[in-house]
Amino acid sequence: MDLFYTCRTQIGAAVAHNVRLNASQAAEAVLDKQVIGSTTSTKASTAKKAQSMESQSFAVNMFKGQINPSQVFPFPSVLNEEQTQFLQELVPPISKFFEEVNDPMKNDSLEKVEDSTMEGLKEMGAFGLQVPTDLGGVGLTNTQYARLVEIVGKHDLGVGITLGAHQSIGFKGILLFGNSAQKEKYLPKLASGETLAAFCLTEPSSGSDAASIRTTATLSPCGKHYLLNGGKIWISNGGLAEIFTVFAKMPIKDEKTGEMKDKITAFIVERSFGGVTHGPPEQKMGIKASNTAEVYFDNVPVPVENVLGEVGGGFKVAMSILNNGRFGMAAALSGTMKGVISQAVDHAANRVQFGSKIHTYGVIQEKLARMAMLQYVTESMAYMISGNMDSGSKDYHIEAAISKIFASEAAWEVADECIQVMGGMGFMKGSGVERVMRDLRIFRIFEGTNDILRLFVALNGFQDAGKHLKSLQKAMKNPLGNAGLLAGEVTKRVRRRAGLSTGLTLQGSIHPELSYSGDLAVNAIEHFGVTIENMLFKHGKNILHEQFVLKRVADSAIDLYAMIVVLSRASRSLSQGHASAQHEKILCETWCVEANDRIMKNVRDLKSNSTTQIFKNIKAISAAMVENGGTVSPHPLGF
Amino acid sequence: MSRVLVGVKRVIDYAVKVRVKPDHSGVVTDGVKHSMNPFCEIAVEEAVKLKEKKLFKEVVAVSCGPAQATETIRTALAMGCDRGIHVEVTGKDYESLGPLQVSKIFAALAKKEEASLVILGKQAIDDDCNQTGQMTAALLDWPQGTFASEVEIEGDKVKVVREIDGGLETIKINMPAVVTADLRLNTPRYATLPNIMKAKKKKIANMKPADLGVDIVSRLEVLRVDEPPTRLAGVKVETVDDLVAKLKESGTI
Repeated sequence: MDLFYTCRTQIGAAVAHNVRLNASQAAEAVLDKQVIGSTTSTKASTAKKAQSMESQSFAVNMFKGQINPSQVFPFPSVLNEEQTQFLQELVPPISKFFEEVNDPMKNDSLEKVEDSTMEGLKEMGAFGLQVPTDLGGVGLTNTQYARLVEIVGKHDLGVGITLGAHQSIGFKGILLFGNSAQKEKYLPKLASGETLAAFCLTEPSSGSDAASIRTTATLSPCGKHYLLNGGKIWISNGGLAEIFTVFAKMPIKDEKTGEMKDKITAFIVERSFGGVTHGPPEQKMGIKASNTAEVYFDNVPVPVENVLGEVGGGFKVAMSILNNGRFGMAAALSGTMKGVISQAVDHAANRVQFGSKIHTYGVIQEKLARMAMLQYVTESMAYMISGNMDSGSKDYHIEAAISKIFASEAAWEVADECIQVMGGMGFMKGSGVERVMRDLRIFRIFEGTNDILRLFVALNGFQDAGKHLKSLQKAMKNPLGNAGLLAGEVTKRVRRRAGLSTGLTLQGSIHPELSYSGDLAVNAIEHFGVTIENMLFKHGKNILHEQFVLKRVADSAIDLYAMIVVLSRASRSLSQGHASAQHEKILCETWCVEANDRIMKNVRDLKSNSTTQIFKNIKAISAAMVENGGTVSPHPLGF
Repeated sequence: MSRVLVGVKRVIDYAVKVRVKPDHSGVVTDGVKHSMNPFCEIAVEEAVKLKEKKLFKEVVAVSCGPAQATETIRTALAMGCDRGIHVEVTGKDYESLGPLQVSKIFAALAKKEEASLVILGKQAIDDDCNQTGQMTAALLDWPQGTFASEVEIEGDKVKVVREIDGGLETIKINMPAVVTADLRLNTPRYATLPNIMKAKKKKIANMKPADLGVDIVSRLEVLRVDEPPTRLAGVKVETVDDLVAKLKESGTI
């Protein structure tokens, strides 16, 4: 019971109910998402409250050291027969179009998507894949959409971003938050591609710190429209779009305090409103075919009917849009990886050096195998998440963020290794891989930089874990009424600290042939859960500032989720007796062993004193560099 | 009734590396990617174009085969055909289904549907028979314009430019007629997603060969299927004399 008293005092300080962890972007997003946990409901017993707050998300629960298998086992299979048949009919024409009509090299060198290709894509229906059919779209589910963007990703990411900036974020807000008048007015032309859309959030002084945007919206004296003023940068489709989802700030009266606070509102802005101009296309490292431009709003009159969502609720709109479209990135990138892997394998299987085909050499074998594992994990994540979303899950934000981080970094690594396998040929324009590599670089940056998303994953996890601990703290105040809950928690903690298993298991969820990997995953979750608690005890609400910790926690969370998705996928293949099941089994096992090692290392590092010293060193090195404007040490030659 | 009948065949996709079954009874089809025969695609495109020019009122796509043949019919519907007919042939019957039986089926359907024009691909890329169009015309006693690279309707006649060994031959035939499509007849359109969606509402009638009074028993028996012999490595020689000596050795000269 000693543990518990420590728990209570530290938690009480650490996770005070309205802790506004407001320095970081990520935290703001997390708290804005707070729908559950009110200050007022003290009447309901804590146990009940704990249950109603309980998320079905695997990631949320793993931060608490718990396993909720409902969304991850078995691997989701959400398409009914009709949807599957329909999807199967859609794949060949789209593949054919990208193989025969779209010319990625031409698009890259022209720095635009060829006009004939754009026309073809519009006729194809590619601009309104998720718009409901009664408004002129194809009405695809997330899983069906994922399968099609996989094809686009395989062939041309520049086109992928043109399509994605339009429908995955450009007008997604109308799909998610639009009222029926707005949907009927705008969606049909957007679906046919007659008008293109763009998502306008980023400004020169506001990238990751999106809440700090300065574009203003001022209500006109007549009260009929807002005047928009400001400038946005790096807007995909900025030079092409007719319809913009624009985020601007306006002073809103805070209901409780009566003071005026700046809050963000989302607007649907038509270029035809007047006052909207754009700059020349930016010259970029990659996705050159995608138009990126500055967009300026000069006293643009936006009718009040064009507010998207709630007045003052724009930040949530922005985050929801980005969150909703994230799975698409993992799907597209899994296609990209498949494409470059084929090239690497083709080269390795035919190139002869030193008398043998190079795929017979261990170094090449390792490269190919690692590429395959990264692709397998990414693909599994993409379809697990799209499957969860299609099944109605609403709290997939941690998993979606994890998949974006993983997919973008995996794809970069895979493309890089593909070039390496191909040697000099890989470096040559003609092979096409260098273009893919250039195209991929932006994926680690936009739609939420991977660095910010890692903080988001970690802080979200801490917050949920903290709430859990807080509810335990409340249960402590009424031990008799919550004896069962408490007893379970105490036992769990005692066993965990003694290094014993708490009975958590994946048995029954995964195929018996994978039980060793399953045990590794369970072990990792237990250690992870303990680490999270320890970090909360140690840092309390200052965990917000401990970015070295947050990064390592996020990395472990990513590895853990990756282990689970491959266990789920490989289990399904084994149960269904796929021809490739044994191959998938070894992909899964290899991944799990190595991921587990990485997680354990992170767990150890977070406990050890030497890493605390490393963190201090890192801080000092960085400070000196900033002071010096670059590297600090004088030249070895003295001049 | 100005109706066009188009035949579409489901074949192993042209890009697939075909493998012979271990028992040499045929090629592996299980789990292998299939698609519409490319010449059938050209035939469908031509039929739909004629309808779009308002020269015909309806285009009917027909395929003979097992359940999966409906996928091929759906592609034809997505390209613009109005309705489909699936003539169900399965199992051993399907394995032995050849041009003679298919042409009997098409002849029966052409009469039943009162078609003015039957357009087929010139040959299928799996068997390369190049017989079905010709046999269908013969069974119907209709004129035929085969290897068409240009088709023009002139009143109740069809002008067909044919690709022949010596060049191009232009003929004019009376309708009703059978035309088979060659490579340069047209470039088939892409089935767009909205058209695929619309195609879902179009009807596909299902029937058996017996319903048409057609006997599909084959008079042919496939004895064995083999891969082409692997090409042996060549031998390099230094001089012309060596070459002559080697040729004499191998009995070639």
